[in-house]
Amino acid sequence: MPSTAPLHLAAEIGGPPHYAHEHYIGLARLAERGALDFVTLGDSFARPGLDALAVLSRVAPATDRIGLVPTVTTTHTEPFHVSSAVATLDWVSRGRAGWNVDVSTTGAEARLFGRRPAAPADDLWREAGEAADVSARLWDSWEDDAEIRDVATGRFIDRDKLHHVDFEGASFTVRGPAIVPRPPQGHPVTVVDAAGGPARETAARHADVVLVRAPTPERAAAIRTDLRRRAAAYGRDPDSLRVLVSLTVDLGDAETAPEPGLESGPPLAAGGSYYRGGPVDLAELITQWHRGGAADGFHLTPITPGRDLERIVNGTVALLQHRSLFRTFYPGGTLREHLGLDRPANRYALEGGRA
Amino acid sequence: MHLAAHFPGVNNTTVWADPRSRSQIDFSSFEHLARTAERGKFDFFFLAEGLRLREHNGRIHDLDVVGRPESLTVLAALAAVTDRLGLAATVNATFNEPYELARRLATLDHLSDGRAAWNVVTSSDAFTGENFRRGGYLDRADRYVRAAEFVATARELWDTWTPDGTPRPFTHQGQHFGIEGEFTVPRSPQGHPIVIQAGDSPEGREFAASAADVIFTRHGTLEAGRTFYADVKARLAKYGREADELKIMPGVTFVLGDSDAEAQERAAEIRLQQVSPQNALLALEQIWGRDLSSYDPDGPLPEIDPDPESSLVQGRVRHGDPLAVAARWRALSKEKGLSIRQTVIETTGRQSFIGSPQTVAGQLTEFVAADAADGFILVPHLTPGGLDDFVDRVVPLLQERGVFRSEYTGPTLRSHLGLAEPVWKG
Ligand SMILES: Cc1cc2nc3c(=O)[nH]c(=O)nc-3n(C[C@H](O)[C@H](O)[C@H](O)COP(=O)(O)O)c2cc1C
Repeated sequence: MPSTAPLHLAAEIGGPPHYAHEHYIGLARLAERGALDFVTLGDSFARPGLDALAVLSRVAPATDRIGLVPTVTTTHTEPFHVSSAVATLDWVSRGRAGWNVDVSTTGAEARLFGRRPAAPADDLWREAGEAADVSARLWDSWEDDAEIRDVATGRFIDRDKLHHVDFEGASFTVRGPAIVPRPPQGHPVTVVDAAGGPARETAARHADVVLVRAPTPERAAAIRTDLRRRAAAYGRDPDSLRVLVSLTVDLGDAETAPEPGLESGPPLAAGGSYYRGGPVDLAELITQWHRGGAADGFHLTPITPGRDLERIVNGTVALLQHRSLFRTFYPGGTLREHLGLDRPANRYALEGGRA
Repeated sequence: MHLAAHFPGVNNTTVWADPRSRSQIDFSSFEHLARTAERGKFDFFFLAEGLRLREHNGRIHDLDVVGRPESLTVLAALAAVTDRLGLAATVNATFNEPYELARRLATLDHLSDGRAAWNVVTSSDAFTGENFRRGGYLDRADRYVRAAEFVATARELWDTWTPDGTPRPFTHQGQHFGIEGEFTVPRSPQGHPIVIQAGDSPEGREFAASAADVIFTRHGTLEAGRTFYADVKARLAKYGREADELKIMPGVTFVLGDSDAEAQERAAEIRLQQVSPQNALLALEQIWGRDLSSYDPDGPLPEIDPDPESSLVQGRVRHGDPLAVAARWRALSKEKGLSIRQTVIETTGRQSFIGSPQTVAGQLTEFVAADAADGFILVPHLTPGGLDDFVDRVVPLLQERGVFRSEYTGPTLRSHLGLAEPVWKG
């Protein structure tokens, strides 16, 4: 099944912790030079590092176009706060925000909060789905034209265009509406890393972008087909889903490695695919997988961010651009535009329209 | 003198009907006001917080500016477009957990190279709680117990990394929190982010005296300011603190004109815009607790008494006994022959400085000299240009008088405030 859809590329800019913002700004600008769709910044409450969402908010005014996708856990956080923070990242970046929805499964993380014990991944992913669901509702809880500034009647907003969400999930309820008006993208982009089994259902139901691990293009294509089928079962248009293959990338010191290609990686790429070779061979691999319809694109995690990202952008991406397989500039301003995803219709405005 | 800028937010102080009023949510508005404050060498930029939209009689309040971004995230972005200005976020101690918030604040301190501040508020009504997991309701006494333990716990976390950058495990066992593990962020550039307290009750003042670096308050007159100042400063000794370790900064409004008369005229116009006929009735309903929509805002106050048990108004703090407030308003209205709208205008203003730049500079200086304040949090009534005139016309006069800095002398907010770095308690 040859693919003609545009190729999407993203890169992780985490790695060993850095506490200076210049480090992250440098990497995000580098990725932006390559016109990548977005950068991700991993996060966890239980390992050294700064709060990822805040870091990418600091990065936002220092960049122009690149999408900004922090990891945000839904386990020990308040869904209301999380949805506000992600919406705010979208405001400060003028429509470039996403969030990588994650769960915190360990006892160590639970003890940092002392509110509840660690829970099985299945339960936490169900809850993460609810957090994604309520976030989308809160983002819709202000219709786009709710602010009216009507001097004649003294009304700043049209209160009929603000909505209580009245969300009742298994582990939390939220009354709403949001405090933050509907963000520029309508909904910031929801990313789910579906490497683990229980995450896949949540991804099919709520994600705009799904990250998957696969050792072969056939396997990637099968996972993609499965995700699209499940999304359709939830009443979604499967074409509104972007499936990116996650690759941990070690571009080493050589232009090409003696045996380029995928290897089973060291533990840091747990369960995933590990690529070692040169930038040219990586471009080759991306071209073949994408042409074969295995994925909509790739999420690359450089093993040494400074060195490998530079090689990805100046080597791999430059070559893909030369082959006209990847864009050389950003035609749009928002992350949704980079990804070819529509700005979502507002569910409450639709309801109102029908009524 | 210390000066801070409040971003004109969600209440009727902000005049949105003015043609110069721009977005209260676009980043460009925040950037403009913050850059202006930094141009004026202000100590910090301040954001308030709301966690539930105000409702009135079960319907969302629609007369004032609503909608704002989440504070810490906006401030992280503002750190990119400012160099020295302190960045203060109001974050509720009731609807958050110490580990997460301490981490976000320490992150902001790193991202801004030592300019972060946290305004600890405690409003904890069940109405707001409906947006949160815990459903959060704490009674008045308990919310300050939680807030005090919250701040103490955050400080324990901020102290877990040794000054040379080694993480050490922590354990905290208290009444409200039992947590342990390792904090993920090294000691921040200021040692600890600055802690601000906003709340006027005796419990609030006591909490501020024991734990805050700055107190954000409202007081009406020079006399009220002096009384408050003396009371709060006197509370410090019992915690082994010096008087200048807690800065008192009331939130104040200001109106400038070329002459005092022009400023007074402008101020009266602004009050009329802030207290629209609809807003006047609403303010009245907040005291009366009754539906008064059939009354004429330009007519006299209602004859009927307030309903003290009413739940008509939600999401706002009700101040004082409604019957007593109503009696005071009636007396004032009778004495001066005021309509409903005029009465509200007279009674609901906060301390404002009105006059020519010379007059306002003089009044501000007098307040500080008279021990009514250590400085001010200025609340402009226009977004985002409301601070422009103040910075262009008043700040230079304060600098000439030698009561306000002409240049930042240090890199951190702590240095602007003249506060020492907290001793590391590993
Ligand atoms: C000057 C001032 C500013 C305040 N700003 C906020 C705010 O932005 N958000 C909020 O939820 N509460 C705010 N509060 C409310 C306080 O947190 C507190 O709930 C309220 O003052 C009642 O506490 P008290 O009884 O100690 O005065 C503010 C209070 C004062 C005095």
